[in-house]
Amino acid sequence: MFLIQCPWCGERAETEFSYGGEAGIVRPLEPDALSDAEWADYLFNRTNLRGAYKELWNHAQGCRRWFGVERDTVTYKIEGSYELPSGRAGKGA
Amino acid sequence: MQPNRLKQGGRIDRSRALSFRFNGKSYEGYTGDTLASALLANGVSLVSRSFKLHRPRGIVGAGAEEPNAILQIGRGASTLPTQRATQVELYDGLEARSTKGWPSLRFDIAAFNDLVSPLLAAGFYYKTFMRPQALWPWYERFIRAAAGFGLAPREPDPDRYEHRNAHCDVLIAGAGPAGLIAALVAARSGARVIIADEQNEFGGSLLSASQTIDAEPATAWIEATTAELDALDNVTMLTRSTVFGYYDHNFVAIVERCTDHIGEDVAGVRQRLWRVRAKQVVLAQGAFERPLVFCNNDRPGVMLASAVSCYIHRYAVCPGKRAVVFTNNDSAYRTAIDLRAAGASVVIIDSRAEGAGALADAARADGITMLPGHIVTDVSGRRHVSGVRVAQWNGDVTSTVQNTINIDCDLVAVSGGWSPAVHLHSQSGGKNAWSDDLHCFVPAEYAQANVSAGAGNGKWSLQDCLQDGLDAGIEVIARCGIEAADVTLPLAVEVASRPLEPLWRVPAATDPDRCPKQFVDFQIDTSVADIRLAVREGYRNVEHVKRYTALGFGTDQGKLGNINGMAILAECLGEDIASVGTTAFRPAYTPVTFGVGAAENVGDLFEPVRKTAIHASHEAAGAPFEVVGQWHRPWYFPQGDEDLHTSVARECLATRKSVGMMDASTLGKIDARGPDVVEFLRRIYTHDVGKMKVGRCAYGIMLGEDGMVMDDGVIARVAERQFYLTTTTGGAAPVLAWLERWLQTEWPELEVYLTSLTEHYATIVVAGPNSRRVLQDIGCNIDLERDSFAFMSVRDAELAGIAVTLFRVSFSGELAFEINIDSRNALKMWQLVADAGAKFDITPYGTETMHVLRAEKGFVIVGQDTDGSVTPVDLRLQWLLSKDKDFLGKRSLSRTDCVRSDRKQLVGLLSEDGKTVLPEGTQLVDDPGAAIPVPMCGHVTSSYYSACLGRPIAMALVATGHSRRDEIIFASLADGSAVPVRIVSPVFYDPEGERQND
Repeated sequence: MFLIQCPWCGERAETEFSYGGEAGIVRPLEPDALSDAEWADYLFNRTNLRGAYKELWNHAQGCRRWFGVERDTVTYKIEGSYELPSGRAGKGA
Repeated sequence: MQPNRLKQGGRIDRSRALSFRFNGKSYEGYTGDTLASALLANGVSLVSRSFKLHRPRGIVGAGAEEPNAILQIGRGASTLPTQRATQVELYDGLEARSTKGWPSLRFDIAAFNDLVSPLLAAGFYYKTFMRPQALWPWYERFIRAAAGFGLAPREPDPDRYEHRNAHCDVLIAGAGPAGLIAALVAARSGARVIIADEQNEFGGSLLSASQTIDAEPATAWIEATTAELDALDNVTMLTRSTVFGYYDHNFVAIVERCTDHIGEDVAGVRQRLWRVRAKQVVLAQGAFERPLVFCNNDRPGVMLASAVSCYIHRYAVCPGKRAVVFTNNDSAYRTAIDLRAAGASVVIIDSRAEGAGALADAARADGITMLPGHIVTDVSGRRHVSGVRVAQWNGDVTSTVQNTINIDCDLVAVSGGWSPAVHLHSQSGGKNAWSDDLHCFVPAEYAQANVSAGAGNGKWSLQDCLQDGLDAGIEVIARCGIEAADVTLPLAVEVASRPLEPLWRVPAATDPDRCPKQFVDFQIDTSVADIRLAVREGYRNVEHVKRYTALGFGTDQGKLGNINGMAILAECLGEDIASVGTTAFRPAYTPVTFGVGAAENVGDLFEPVRKTAIHASHEAAGAPFEVVGQWHRPWYFPQGDEDLHTSVARECLATRKSVGMMDASTLGKIDARGPDVVEFLRRIYTHDVGKMKVGRCAYGIMLGEDGMVMDDGVIARVAERQFYLTTTTGGAAPVLAWLERWLQTEWPELEVYLTSLTEHYATIVVAGPNSRRVLQDIGCNIDLERDSFAFMSVRDAELAGIAVTLFRVSFSGELAFEINIDSRNALKMWQLVADAGAKFDITPYGTETMHVLRAEKGFVIVGQDTDGSVTPVDLRLQWLLSKDKDFLGKRSLSRTDCVRSDRKQLVGLLSEDGKTVLPEGTQLVDDPGAAIPVPMCGHVTSSYYSACLGRPIAMALVATGHSRRDEIIFASLADGSAVPVRIVSPVFYDPEGERQND
């Protein structure tokens, strides 16, 4: 069971988190301008790397925040966690 | 009456005799015995039959490695199968049974297997039982009956188990010399330490030896060290605790056996599962001695040399009087000396040419006969060893040999060298490397924060183990950032020993494929010939050979046989052992009970139960409950001895004719507000939320990015920048997570706040033509008439002076009001509604009636009528899809697959006979007479008897269904019959929607 560093709550057991797949998949701004193949690429295709992989995790049973994790898909070693860029905290809410 | 018990010595308490039974016969042992030592003390040599060939087997080892003495322990509901007699502590009244052998262990009919063993070689099952395939069920009955190592009890488990979480700086697996000194340095330095050992006391190999530490008996050092650890608050010491699993990120599982050594029916926790997250781990589990592989090496009375020493020192049991010690290394010389001291006659047969060295001199001085340069090739005796055949050893393993000497004996102690117990290291992801000096695999690459130490790290001498353990302890606390306290390395006196000469298999008088069986893996009956056969049949990879021959597949995971097997495989392939490699070890190190895995999470504690604020009233009304996720919802409200169908028919008719009430509190409820909430919800929902006026409600659906319907519910605009969203009962948590995900990861520039209100508000539905009058009679402070409070509106109001939010929405098709109320007032409001409705015969209804009412109206339930492959167009909901804006999933709706004309589409179905209620899930076919396999065109998603319409109704997904109105297709029932059904609109009742608008 992984030990995952939530940027807000600290190290917690994997059972507190849910997995969100590959990080950095950006939703196209104009979906209608895309061909079926381009849209399918956004929708379905992931790099599925062997080695260092950036992925999204959600502290579902904690602070409910989404954040990024860099994890090695071979050794499962977690290099670190990071807040997602320009989160709402930066907007002075 | 214990013929093999020595007059003195051992770590047993002779003042406390215990009686126990084995296969129905009574014996005596002492407190401190294991079942194995007590059986050996009583001269019981035959303890089991082997797995495949049913050969007689005896005790081989003294610990976790034991392959043969796998017994059923205890009685009735608390019995445990697959227990190693070597690890079962004796208690008074213990009852043990062997699990093979019928009609008896001594006379086993299935031993016939041994006589026909040439027919039962590796791959026998694969080759034999494949054809004819139709006979497999018949074969299987016999194979299943013959398999297994014991019986699970049929009764519920009466014992208590528990889980415990723990964190520490340093976890130490194994409390032998290396583990103890590592613990000592870590503990003195102030680190939080957990040290666990599977045995009943700490000390490991030192408990079975006569070595000294700092000129004192080693046991004195153990006592001093454990006493110091015990006095420290930062140390947790776990005896009878097996570290059985090493998982990711230093998560380690330990099973602690709390009362198994006392007996059955003992109060308190029987076993405890420790779930430990350790910063650093020291693996100090020691090493296993390897057997030697020669003909009939499985006969009872052939034992590991180290086990013989253990029984003599620790339990004062000498398993034989005329012993042969067969070895290729020096460690067994100590066993020879131990046997001599216990009064046995001893002959040492050493495959190495020269009988020189300090230990050999000591043996000779004790009067032990030595035959250097010789090998034991075969054993005589069937139920117990009666002698060995010995040949001169020429060093050529491929040759056949000439037996020149026969030696009568009743014990053969063997040693083929040592293999570190690398199981946990391997589980942690670490790699092992073959050592040409030590002739074994040793831990090499580490994958996690751990260090191996002692014999488990290939350090054989006591002094090296102590040094290695101390180094490991200093290393791991340094990694924890803790400064090491002073620990002086103790001194152990070492005798110089000569190197081992590998002997992976012993040649016989005939070639290895025809000679008597030479066993590699005792538990699973894998022999040298089996491995050779696998290679002849083309297997090369060690993992394939393992699966074909079952080598290492027993409950012992090949602790004894694996290395010999790999070396023999390497010989067959003409490769070296290093390139053949090892197989992977997986948890559990030794078998773990299901009871401790489940622990408290059984029965009422298996899963949390969620109850609505009105639950007590439903219970009092005698409603059966339907489990929806974790929620318990009233299913129907029977009167008298009504069954489900009569009750539901009555509830439906009452609601349609007058008024009904239901508890809809489990619906997911989310408050969404903030400056950007309109823009956010426009992107989430398919319709244009921006066009909604304050005080209005809308039916909304959300899609996944793949265009498939994900959830639905009511959206109410309660203020300019505040919305109230409902979700399906099951969708409450996933939808909130979905919304948060988009907000946090994709659109962080939007300022929106989401709050779950599911548990804060209860929802009471009042539905039916008289519903308005019920609310008016309770006393409502707002005008409820159609002109001022129209269908699909929302208002804050007071009912009987209690604050509520009223929704004029309808999931039944009737005039209806949904009362949202603070959960604390819900029970009271439920009663107020019931009282005010009494004069209209208000009828409470449950989930079943709700389903029927909505199906009559053709309203879908997401997750029942949809399955994740259904688009809004398939549901005829295109009117909900905004053309003026983008929303999640919109682009997918124009993908080629989503615009196929032959998609499955939602329709209504009426059985032509007007009577048959189709089972939900029934497959639909165009032509039941078509050739098998009959093509299917759809399936039934919802189906009920509608009391209101006086006939059954159903909803279904049918290919091209929307354009097949009034066609007849067939529902294919489980009994083989086909019922004709007509495709109709799914809106069976009040298609104009006049009733709900009233």
